[in-house]
Amino acid sequence: MGKVIVITSGKGGVGKTTTTANIGTALAMLDKKVVMVDTDIGLRNLDVVLGLENRIVYDIVDAVRGNCRLNQALIKDKRFGNMYLLPAAQTKDKTAVTEEQMVELCDKLKDEFDFVIIDCPAGIEHGFRNAIAGAEEAIVVTTPEVSAVRDADRIIGLLEAAEVRSPRLIINRIRTNMVQSGDMMSVDDILSILAVELLGIVPDDDAIIISTNRGEPTVMDDASQPGQAYRNIARRLCGEEVPLMTLTAKKNSFFSRLKSLFSGE
Amino acid sequence: MGIVSFLTRFFGKDDELSSKNVAKERLRLVLVHDRLDISEKIMENLREDLIATIGKYMEIDQSALEVSLSREEDGVALLANIPIMNVRRTS
Repeated sequence: MGKVIVITSGKGGVGKTTTTANIGTALAMLDKKVVMVDTDIGLRNLDVVLGLENRIVYDIVDAVRGNCRLNQALIKDKRFGNMYLLPAAQTKDKTAVTEEQMVELCDKLKDEFDFVIIDCPAGIEHGFRNAIAGAEEAIVVTTPEVSAVRDADRIIGLLEAAEVRSPRLIINRIRTNMVQSGDMMSVDDILSILAVELLGIVPDDDAIIISTNRGEPTVMDDASQPGQAYRNIARRLCGEEVPLMTLTAKKNSFFSRLKSLFSGE
Repeated sequence: MGIVSFLTRFFGKDDELSSKNVAKERLRLVLVHDRLDISEKIMENLREDLIATIGKYMEIDQSALEVSLSREEDGVALLANIPIMNVRRTS
């Protein structure tokens, strides 16, 4: 019996879909049988981040309505034979799926997979309710910005009210140079504000944009820093104890040395 | 401001003025309200009731009265700053 984990954030644009794609792929690389479910109906994106956009025939709405068998709607990734995507519908109304249907869908999927990773849409409305309906665990993604942390706090409250217990946090897009200069909240700053367990930290990196351009999750690149961060997160999800990555500032220019001299670091 | 303190500030040290501390403080305040889910209307009613109750015993400066929520170490506090102009001895 597998685990159903929803990836959510409240705020849009903090990296939910990228996080879903990378955690899903990293779990598949650990030989887990994984399915990723895109519940952002009308704004389908997980398919392009995974590079599977050309292979969609049926979608989640077809599957829950019985227009096709569930297995027909699951796209098998050719790079990893144990990784699948259930794509969102692009043209249908976002109310096309109900919470009951989502619970039923998740129950079926977890019989067959080790991990069911649900990519939640932004917001706290219908799409959010659907995405969390069948989930047992939640991962909240935030970035070190006031708006994203505020929304994460709200989402944590809503998850607890919906009895999706003990959500865990991923802090995405950390820029070490800015944290060091006092212009970005640190991991500790954010944890002191949000009462939640930390699952992982992911540095801001150009590698993410490049991997999204290619449709190849950055965890597939051994040299990628965010890739390493997501691989660590996947191992933690499998119950391993993996220490947090040490993020290092990238440049050691004259300017940054001068800066550290005056900031006493 | 001496040159060292200017440079320290310019290059960003972890002081009160650093933008991350501004961010933290703003977040703390906004979350106090978000978490309690107290509307402006409720705060206004509370303010009026405070004036009515305290006004029975003391003459207060209503225009300078401040009522706000503040985040403390392990919870949220209601802070009221109520300037007293006179104590009512009669009643």
